[in-house]
Amino acid sequence: MIGRRRYAALAAGIAVTLVLSACGAGGRPDEGEGGGGAETGVTETSVKVGAHFPLTGVAAPGYSEIPTGTQAYFDFVNAAGGVHGRQIEYIFRDDAYNPTQTSQVVNELVLQDQVFAIMGGLGTPTHSAVVDFLNSEGVPDLFVSSGSLLWDQPQENPMTFGWQPDYEVEGKIIGQYVAENFPDARVGLFLQDDDFGRDGELGARRYLEDQIVGAERYTPGNTDVAPQIAALQAAGADLVIGFNVPSYTALSQLESLQLNYRPQWIYSNVGSDPALVGSLLARFSEGAVTDAGLLEGVITTEYLPGVDQPDNPWTQLFQRVWDEHGGEGELTNFRVYGMAEAYTFVQALQAAGPDPTREGIVEAIEQAGSTWEGPWAAPFRYSPERHAGISGVQVTRITGGTTENLTPVLVTDNGDVPITEGPGEPAQPPADGIPDVPPVS
Amino acid sequence: MSQETREAPVTASPPPAGGRLAGLLRWRPRSTLGRHALLVLAALVAVVLVLELTSPFRNSQFATMSYYAIAAAGLTVLTGLNGQISLGHGALMAVGAYTTGLLLGEEGDGALPLLLVMLIAAAVTALVGAVVGAAAARLHGPYLAGATLALAVAVPGLAIYFDHVFGGEQGLRIDSPEVPGWFDATIYFLFAHETPGAKYLAYLGWGTLLLVLLLLANLMAGRVGRVWRAVRDDEVAAELAGIRLGQVRVLAFVVSAACAGLAGAVLGVVVRLAAPSGFTIVLSLGLLTAVVVGGLGSLAGALLGSALLVFLPPAVTNLGIAAGLDGTQAAQLAPFVYGVVLVLVMLLAPSGFVGVLRKVRARRGSSRRTG
Repeated sequence: MIGRRRYAALAAGIAVTLVLSACGAGGRPDEGEGGGGAETGVTETSVKVGAHFPLTGVAAPGYSEIPTGTQAYFDFVNAAGGVHGRQIEYIFRDDAYNPTQTSQVVNELVLQDQVFAIMGGLGTPTHSAVVDFLNSEGVPDLFVSSGSLLWDQPQENPMTFGWQPDYEVEGKIIGQYVAENFPDARVGLFLQDDDFGRDGELGARRYLEDQIVGAERYTPGNTDVAPQIAALQAAGADLVIGFNVPSYTALSQLESLQLNYRPQWIYSNVGSDPALVGSLLARFSEGAVTDAGLLEGVITTEYLPGVDQPDNPWTQLFQRVWDEHGGEGELTNFRVYGMAEAYTFVQALQAAGPDPTREGIVEAIEQAGSTWEGPWAAPFRYSPERHAGISGVQVTRITGGTTENLTPVLVTDNGDVPITEGPGEPAQPPADGIPDVPPVS
Repeated sequence: MSQETREAPVTASPPPAGGRLAGLLRWRPRSTLGRHALLVLAALVAVVLVLELTSPFRNSQFATMSYYAIAAAGLTVLTGLNGQISLGHGALMAVGAYTTGLLLGEEGDGALPLLLVMLIAAAVTALVGAVVGAAAARLHGPYLAGATLALAVAVPGLAIYFDHVFGGEQGLRIDSPEVPGWFDATIYFLFAHETPGAKYLAYLGWGTLLLVLLLLANLMAGRVGRVWRAVRDDEVAAELAGIRLGQVRVLAFVVSAACAGLAGAVLGVVVRLAAPSGFTIVLSLGLLTAVVVGGLGSLAGALLGSALLVFLPPAVTNLGIAAGLDGTQAAQLAPFVYGVVLVLVMLLAPSGFVGVLRKVRARRGSSRRTG
């Protein structure tokens, strides 16, 4: 009896399902979703933006500070009334520098949190996993925190924009500097074995092809760089250019200390943050080296003011922002980076006008982005044909815990474009610390 | 141990005892395959309903869960039934994902259809599994763990070393498959919903998962499953009974690797990328914890464990944010809570969720009989 009743219940369930599904099959409705009212993520009083960063795991030290800087700057702007009367709501989620997780958290940001745009997502492999998704969903993918050339493909990825100078541009400027100032040097290259090292090498070789005596590559994750450093020493390189991440700056310094190898070191901007490298040196050497003293005299490049320049008006602005709206900890170069990205985003949002749309903000950046001034050393290369970020860097030397400028800001572009001196006067921050960009169109 | 050696009811099959179900039991198909097929069919209806009723984001989470579950199901067969531990399943998934990436290409209009590519990915991974399994069959306990750990570390390294083929650190971009017209039309006919890419991927993943579960459940219920259990429980006795230990072990590894390869293929199309940083040792360990937390040797446990792996961390992060933590602290809370859950499960329910369920059911059954 009971069995039969169960069976009946089952049959009823199936019948209900069938009826329900039959009801559903009407005519296809018009495109209603998201079209009629305001843009996704935008209300009368707020704009929602999202980002993915490594907040846990091996890549977290340093990089996890970037979103806190961005957050502090947005809080600063919100306290002053926001942009076009809208508060900026910033959500950043953890991807642990794992592309699989990046795709999950970006799904969450776009589909669940319904953000207006993604901003400053960090990492080449991680962000690669979501570029197609963001472009197919039509989500603006602004100011990727990576110097790869992948973000400058407006034909394929019309919503994606780079931000920091790409590694090829940086390589060219370092190459020219070495060719002019160390014409007799025997140059060695110390490269991360991916697009970072490849693009940098490409740029450097444009000026140093005849001077390079050896190029050694390391695989990220393998912490033994003794063979590479020994090979550079054996090749007789007396000047080494490194396109590597901070931990490999520390490893290469310790290894050359052991081998008593003392070339002139040049590190790309990515690998040269003195504070981070100093703490890494202390950790890797188990206390034998306690600070960044090994980096004394090392040449590097800069495109943002650092915390070691307390007199720079931008550093003063960012210090004020951090003091008023920051969380725990000190202002660091990573937080300055995050704030500078936030500053660019505020400009883009202002340019998109009082009723921002996803297409509108992309168009605004393409139209006006190359004219925006900020803490960055050289202008962006944004146009309808290009989505490349900052166009130049300044060669500097680390000395006594701060940096001295060796060249003025140098500006160039990918390929054969010659290197020229950048805009003479550095931009001054506005008095209230908030950019004022007129709406495009 | 005695609990595990008992014939474990596979998937969520109805309990064998209990008068209430007698009628249903009489009615259900005689053959194991038929019973499992009926269950899978019911599950398919449930999956369709759930996917149609939930938001696009939940759909994407279900897609993620499907590839974890496929790999975990394969691993639970290897570890729970055959007693071999593997810390290298993340690497086997990488093999599947990279095979898919190479065959589909970045443009996605490679000559081969997706299903064929997935089969090839499973076959290639099974081949790798055979090689690894041949080595693993001679090893025990910590030595086996060490050997498979080496696999987990080495495979992502290979992808970086041969970067002209595998794209190095940046990985291989994989184009997401387009929703086939007939599929879109069918779903539309039934529910009047469009099928966006994310939902199609969830269907693809769960379709594959249910198929894998069906095949594994049959395998476990039959002779092969009995032989695997015999080898796990007592090698000497098994050998005396005429079972060739080596062959049996390698076969278990091959089956498990094929599942991992399929999981990797699904992962590839869902994530749209095969990159070394996606297949670190963390992935292998995550699969193992999913299997253990869910209940070793049980397919339902593998499902539960992978659900935990996918749904717990974002839920904890969002709770943390709601409780007023900043983004970074909330993100750090997720691995912490996951660890705490793991410790609690090991302390309070060493046989996993499924073990607890079984115990509860057994107690209920006995109380009903006596009362």
